[in-house]
Amino acid sequence: MTRTLVVIGHGMVGHRLVEQLRARDDAGTWRVEILAEESRAAYDRVALSSYLDGKSAEDLGLAGSDFLADPLVRLRLGCGAARIDRAARTVLTTDGTELGYDALVLATGSRPFVPPVPGHDLDGCHVYRTLDDLDGIRDAAVDGAAGVVIGGGLLGLEAANALRLLGMRPHVVEMAPRLMPLQVDDGGGQVLAGLVGDLGLALHCETATNSIIAGPDGRVAGVELGDGSTVEAELVVFSAGVRPRDELAEPAGLARAERGGVLVDDRCRTSDEHIWAVGECAAVDGRCYGLVAPGYAMAEVVVRQLLDLDGAAFPEPDMSTKLKLLGVDVASFGDAHGTADGALDVVHANNAAGTYAKLVLSDDARVLLGGVLVGDASAYATLRPLVGRELPAPPERLLLPAGAGPDAGALPADAVVCSCNNVSKADITGAITGAALSDVAGVKACTRAGTSCGSCVPMLKTLLGECGVAPSRALCEHFEQSRSELFEIIRVTGIGTFSELIGKHGRGLGCDLCKPAVASILASLGRGHILDGEQAGLQDTNDRFLANMQRNGTYSVVPRVPGGEITPDKLIVLGEVARDFELYTKITGGQRIDLFGARVEQLPLIWRRLVDAGFESGHAYGKALRTVKSCVGTDWCRYGVQDSVAMAIRLELRYRGLRAPHKLKSGVSGCARECAEARSKDFGVIATDRGWNLYVGGNGGFTPRHAELLAADLDDEQLIRLVDRFLMFYVRTADRLQRTAAWIESLDGGLEHVREVVVDDSLGIAAELEAAMREHVAGYADEWAGVLADPVKLSRFVSFVNAPDAPDPTISFVAERGQPRPGPVVLPMPSIRPDSEEVLA
Amino acid sequence: MTTWHPICPWEALAPACGVPALLAAEPVALFRTHDDELYAVGNVDPFCGAGVMSRGIVGDRAGEPTVASPMLKQVFSLRTGECLDDPAARLPTFPVRRHDEMVEIAVP
Repeated sequence: MTRTLVVIGHGMVGHRLVEQLRARDDAGTWRVEILAEESRAAYDRVALSSYLDGKSAEDLGLAGSDFLADPLVRLRLGCGAARIDRAARTVLTTDGTELGYDALVLATGSRPFVPPVPGHDLDGCHVYRTLDDLDGIRDAAVDGAAGVVIGGGLLGLEAANALRLLGMRPHVVEMAPRLMPLQVDDGGGQVLAGLVGDLGLALHCETATNSIIAGPDGRVAGVELGDGSTVEAELVVFSAGVRPRDELAEPAGLARAERGGVLVDDRCRTSDEHIWAVGECAAVDGRCYGLVAPGYAMAEVVVRQLLDLDGAAFPEPDMSTKLKLLGVDVASFGDAHGTADGALDVVHANNAAGTYAKLVLSDDARVLLGGVLVGDASAYATLRPLVGRELPAPPERLLLPAGAGPDAGALPADAVVCSCNNVSKADITGAITGAALSDVAGVKACTRAGTSCGSCVPMLKTLLGECGVAPSRALCEHFEQSRSELFEIIRVTGIGTFSELIGKHGRGLGCDLCKPAVASILASLGRGHILDGEQAGLQDTNDRFLANMQRNGTYSVVPRVPGGEITPDKLIVLGEVARDFELYTKITGGQRIDLFGARVEQLPLIWRRLVDAGFESGHAYGKALRTVKSCVGTDWCRYGVQDSVAMAIRLELRYRGLRAPHKLKSGVSGCARECAEARSKDFGVIATDRGWNLYVGGNGGFTPRHAELLAADLDDEQLIRLVDRFLMFYVRTADRLQRTAAWIESLDGGLEHVREVVVDDSLGIAAELEAAMREHVAGYADEWAGVLADPVKLSRFVSFVNAPDAPDPTISFVAERGQPRPGPVVLPMPSIRPDSEEVLA
Repeated sequence: MTTWHPICPWEALAPACGVPALLAAEPVALFRTHDDELYAVGNVDPFCGAGVMSRGIVGDRAGEPTVASPMLKQVFSLRTGECLDDPAARLPTFPVRRHDEMVEIAVP
């Protein structure tokens, strides 16, 4: 018989509980009603800040379509719980529905604590908990103005970073003498303060907040601190801790813990055997936990009880945290403050490098109890699973910078590598060998390790290596090298042909994977027209015919219309060409005009007309820069703040013909209304009243992604310089057919690394990248004109070598909406089923 | 009896490139590989019905000379016409030779 589970709260833990229940309840014994107070289904609150850094609400969503379509799950959005009637076993919802339950789980989470200082409820005061809160902060943010964050804990620093991303100057007020008092110690706090201070954060430690000051308009104007001084501010964010949301408990007669929270035992059960509490609202044996990993562990404990599986009680929670705040690594794990009897510290601080590392050891200095890492947390993945175990190496060695530390072999099999999802080393190595996994993606899919906070991903790579899986970077069966390695080989050796390259560095004859990749590299390096000599045979059909092959073997032709700006005369030429060659005409999504249905032998005739009228190839066929889309900007638009059309034309002409691992698109918007949809592009530019914001790594396609901010308020020359560097860095180092978004993700350090290399020139290669781009710009020539001027190249544009004018009998057209479209295939298909030896039908 | 049809001069074929030809109204894709071997297969991609095989990329898979359809990238053996990605599909093959300075194809 199907029983009913009601879950109050659809946060990360409530969602995990239902998801795990549904995954394991094969018999369908439970149907689930979920009450979600927010208007959205569960999302990744741990990654909340990334919402202001390019991620959309959808990106953060946790509930997939499978989950939402599950007939045994009903999610009531925008609906909370008003009252629990334990005797009747019902929950009254805020919209007046009465839901009966056989089991009830409270997953109501916590609410931000707002200290009752005078003025705390003024307009301009915010908290930092939900996507709606962030929307509110975003709307209220004033570019260039100061904002105050009350609370210098983990969340406070995130909020400060959010203000910074929104263009504000953040101040942080913290009562304790140091930042992140719960996670780090004095030494770590000092290093952290130095690092975040360098990033433009003003710190006010060891001080209280007396009041929030109102301006004449009744809105927040500043904050008065404990010493009587004031900080002017347009906006205040309270981040002074959270309080469990336990208000349903008392009216229902459920016990609360002394310091708040629904009191539960170590199986997360309240005094009522039908009611459990999990996550931040639950006080397990009297203690609340404000991290997601213990919440997930509680969800697991309850699911096992609901399904009558053998279950352990709530385990000793792992309170470890690792995060990147304002680009600064901070990690703390185990007994970070050394509260155990006789605990010893070993500290390694390097003020010059801005790193701090502390290990907490047992009194005999043999067992690792915990630690704090600031500035460089690369040792976290190895150290955290060792908590409670004997040290595999002397502590000094464990504290040395990355690379010198212990390897994964030092980890015992039962050490938990992914604490978010409670996956042990043995689980992972077992999956790698058992399911013959070959990469991190496989390990993630198979074990869930690395799918939450991601801090153990480097360890997953190490474990793959330990299991004998060398991640293959081979381009294909002909080359063991990756694309970026081949790029460097070709660049450095000056090799100019595929035959020479494969003869010296590969094997066999090549294939449709390596040949176009090498063709692209040769083109990126400006080694001749793409149809010169042997290069012609390397090109994919689109590049070989400089047009886009369509489903019936004809091509479409897209002339370049830089920035989408076109004169009436040129428009007329396009219309005339389309009419004369009976081409289907369509405006593309990228603001270009596409002429479809051209036969191979017609292509040169069409190009001749277009080139004579001043058009050139739009490279719509290549893994190359396609379009730079634009809005009308200040020329015509009431709202435009910069000349987006001129900038789009400038960018499109600068990068036209640039060959890349994948096609590239761009857009320039003249104001924040973003009419050019620049953030769905590989590089997008959005005007501000102080210049240009540059976004990178967006795309449409299978996995749409918004581009993320790389640099803000650039003038024209700064913008061009950064785009030059970004594109050339991508062209040189990305894998074959890897879009910019995937490329950025694949880099250690992701976008931050790109920023270091492209903006801060951390590798010292910026000048070289710029020079390479200058060379590309100087070497540009129209590829269509190149074919028209070369009889050998032209000779390939025939329907048949022995009947150059005979039309291809496989091509036919029918009319639709007044234009041609491909007709049905007229030839008998020479496809032969295996049971027949007949070759021709 | 085999009748050889002259198609084009040998020079018209670039190594590792295909050319389309018409053989008694039948579209044929003619290839000269890197080592100057000649192959002729049907030009029509059996997966989509378009005459495009001659525009595919020539290469090898584990030593077998191949062409990859430019349409949906299935790889075919130039020797047997068999699709190496889907044994259910196959291209017709034709005898081909270099005779004097001409390339000739026969209908079997």
